[in-house]
Amino acid sequence: MTAQAPIAAPPKERTLIAHSRTRRAFPLWSWLWFILGALYFILPLYATLDFSLHMERGVIGLKAYGAAFSDPEFARTFGYSVFLAAVTIIVSVLLVVPTAYWIRLRLPEARRLVEFITLLPFVIPAIILVFGMIRIYSSPVEIPFTSIRLLAPLTTSKLGTNALIVAGYVVLGLPYMYRSVDTGMRTVDVRTLTEAAQSLGANWLTIMSRVILPNLRTALLSGALLTFAIVLGEVVLASYLGLPTFGPYLFLLGQHRAYEPAALTFTTFLLTWAAMGIIQLITGGQGQVAGAH
Amino acid sequence: MAPSAVSAPRVKRPASGWRAWLGVVPFFLFAILFLILPSVKLFVGSFADNQGNFTFKNLLQLFTEPSILNAYWLSIRISAVTAIGGGIFGFLLAYSVTIGGLPKALRSLLITFSGVASNFAGVPLAFAFVATLGRTGFVTALMKNVFHLSIYDTGFNLYSFVGLSFTYMYFQFPLMVLIMAPALDGLKREWREAAENLGASRTQYWLQIALPVLLPSILGSMILLFGNAFGAYATAYALTGGALPIVTIQIGAQIRGDVLHNPGLGYAMAMGMVFIMAVSLAGYSWLQGRTERWLR
Amino acid sequence: MAFLSIQHATKTFAQSSAVEDFNLEIEKGELVSFLGPSGCGKTTTLRMVAGFEVPTSGRIELSGADITSQPPNQRNVGMVFQAYALFPNMTVADNVGFGLKVAKKPKDEIQKRTAEMLGLIRMPQLGDRFPYQLSGGQQQRVALARALAIQPKVLLLDEPLSALDAKIRVELRSEIRRIQQTLGITTIYVTHDQEEALSISDRIVVMSAGRMEQVGTPFEIYNFPKTPFVASFVGTLNQLRCTVVDAAQGKLTFDGQTFTATAPIRASAGASVIAALRPEELHFGHFDGENQLTGKVEAVTFLGGIVRIRLALGQSQITLDALNERKLTLPKVGDMQTVSFPAHACWVMVEN
Repeated sequence: MTAQAPIAAPPKERTLIAHSRTRRAFPLWSWLWFILGALYFILPLYATLDFSLHMERGVIGLKAYGAAFSDPEFARTFGYSVFLAAVTIIVSVLLVVPTAYWIRLRLPEARRLVEFITLLPFVIPAIILVFGMIRIYSSPVEIPFTSIRLLAPLTTSKLGTNALIVAGYVVLGLPYMYRSVDTGMRTVDVRTLTEAAQSLGANWLTIMSRVILPNLRTALLSGALLTFAIVLGEVVLASYLGLPTFGPYLFLLGQHRAYEPAALTFTTFLLTWAAMGIIQLITGGQGQVAGAH
Repeated sequence: MAPSAVSAPRVKRPASGWRAWLGVVPFFLFAILFLILPSVKLFVGSFADNQGNFTFKNLLQLFTEPSILNAYWLSIRISAVTAIGGGIFGFLLAYSVTIGGLPKALRSLLITFSGVASNFAGVPLAFAFVATLGRTGFVTALMKNVFHLSIYDTGFNLYSFVGLSFTYMYFQFPLMVLIMAPALDGLKREWREAAENLGASRTQYWLQIALPVLLPSILGSMILLFGNAFGAYATAYALTGGALPIVTIQIGAQIRGDVLHNPGLGYAMAMGMVFIMAVSLAGYSWLQGRTERWLR
Repeated sequence: MAFLSIQHATKTFAQSSAVEDFNLEIEKGELVSFLGPSGCGKTTTLRMVAGFEVPTSGRIELSGADITSQPPNQRNVGMVFQAYALFPNMTVADNVGFGLKVAKKPKDEIQKRTAEMLGLIRMPQLGDRFPYQLSGGQQQRVALARALAIQPKVLLLDEPLSALDAKIRVELRSEIRRIQQTLGITTIYVTHDQEEALSISDRIVVMSAGRMEQVGTPFEIYNFPKTPFVASFVGTLNQLRCTVVDAAQGKLTFDGQTFTATAPIRASAGASVIAALRPEELHFGHFDGENQLTGKVEAVTFLGGIVRIRLALGQSQITLDALNERKLTLPKVGDMQTVSFPAHACWVMVEN
């Protein structure tokens, strides 16, 4: 009778092993496509960077960046955009989280309808949205067939226009914010968490603030970063509503100056990369696409 | 003892009462005020003539007015070209980092970058391409100095159909990659092995199994890309300043000042565009449904 | 000459070896199972026969020909995967006929053979269905038909029933055995489920950590395990650490109680050995001419057809399986109970 043989470490990654026969030694074509793709994506960025560093004749320097950032208009519009983005994110979260939560827990029948609505911004792009919004809200909102005024024309007041653009931004970001939050809720299984919290005696406010929201941190951060990126780059709503955000400022700058817009463009790219990189890090999953502008 | 899968009996819940619908009122109210009403306004407005009476004339004019037909045709062409071109190259990119055998790190890089590139669209994208392929662009200069080739002399112009299409690819490729990468992951390794086991060569496997299985995904994504390009505005405006009369640019002009001298016609144009986008989204959804059914 | 011959097959990946020195001769028409826990190398060995892995060293011969490095699409072996792997874009009939289509067989031959195969798996009406419309069990039967349609020399099954419900597993494994015997096709069946392996195989190869532990018929493997691993992996096993009293006569002592096992014992008096005993060979109560052991009842589990009783013996435990009878009075926990067993039911495993 022999003693038991010592157990060798079991082979790891058996699924990858199976490819050993058919995996090509060097995937030539794959590298080719990848390099072509890399060239296409990187060249414009490099060209922008290169251009932005040559403001001073013959010298590589950050003069363009200095000039761009010290422009008071820049600070004003960029700050304004950041402010609008913050408000948009807050409104978005306040709108989406309770709704998604409610649908999961109490009203599954409404799911298809709500999901359909969150797909509408793909069908109604920004230019159409602003078209409709301006046409409706530049006249007073009245009950049809009467002359009872509900709302003064929004576009004539500063507050009204700001409200309008925030609403527009929320609409543009709705598909992503909703999907992010909904997926987060599914992963965390909010229904079970809520029932557990209730059985321990928590009320709704406690449940929402101490159980649900903290567990949605990743989803909320992801949605917020994407909304931030969308708002910052948004041009259509802002220019047609006549608001001085960063988008129109950048466009106007491009009409008059050469080096500063390049500097700001490259900065925008870095900011977007940072935002997306953070999203990728925290979600560990696929990237998020905002679509064409 | 092997656990057996016993599912819990499905309890039929009564339909929620009207009180339950209260919880979604804020969302619906918001959607109505800022999404549905504006769309309805455009929809209703497209049936009104200059005096405010009901008419189909505006809709009909969409198909008869040459400038409008040109605008739609131009938009359709750009969208189709960038959808097909973007679809093919995006597929190849996605293939190279999934089945194609490149290191895993490159896949992560491509996916992250795809998210970045698609958000880069609009004004910054236009500027970046001007810096690259504009008259004094980096690549233009490179071609002239190193290869002694003046691309503008060959008829190329960044501020044209070709140039705009080329620029659009910057957000079309990434969209395709992001949709196709998971779809390619869904190709089970066992299918290829089963096919080989039954005597098939690599080509036979791709032609008879892999591509047919992927086809709904590929087609669906291309349709989505089509809609994506059709609705683009800021990139086109920032790059060409309105010189290319695509539908979105025309609508923009109409918003600023009633260039068509017929508000109803403007609304009809907008509606035509929404219709095309809706059809493309529906097509994409349907094809996605078929993909999911097969890859259950 | 054996039909399928695997000689000294070894497969190493990076630092670890998945399979070491695997040797087996399989006769035509045999069903041999590779049985073992996850990671023991059974699937890797199967894949070497299929051609999806190339052995690092060693040789594989099929019907006299050396197929060690032959590409998988030229070997004419049929494989059934754990995840069915039916082509989702093709109907059942197209799936089954795929191998024949690739071999460019004429249409009517493909149709005839497909119908034949569908009849064999008892699903003649389902030729036009798509895989997503079938249950797991049905999909696996179609996968089997697909592999058999090309009339392979060898049929390879890689844990084909693991993804299915328990009840379907039992039904389907008899189906597979029936079809295999009807066609007389040489088959290798990989599984980690010992009941599966025991019930359908002509021979079983028990594997652990890349090495073959034992090859034999199900009866041999179960009743005459050669290594402690095989003894405890297959079936439940009682193991008592005893001291040898008389090696020639097979006398052992444990917890102050003496009994006799299969003689002779290959150890000297006073050595510490493990006495092994299957639960079903123990009986309740006192039987003349048999060994007796007495212990306190710790647990009584009623499993339906079998009653399992656990007794504490000194520091150890012993399990007894008795067949259920309606007139049975079950012992109570805490009772002192005597159990008996014949000497030949107990064997000794020596530790180094």
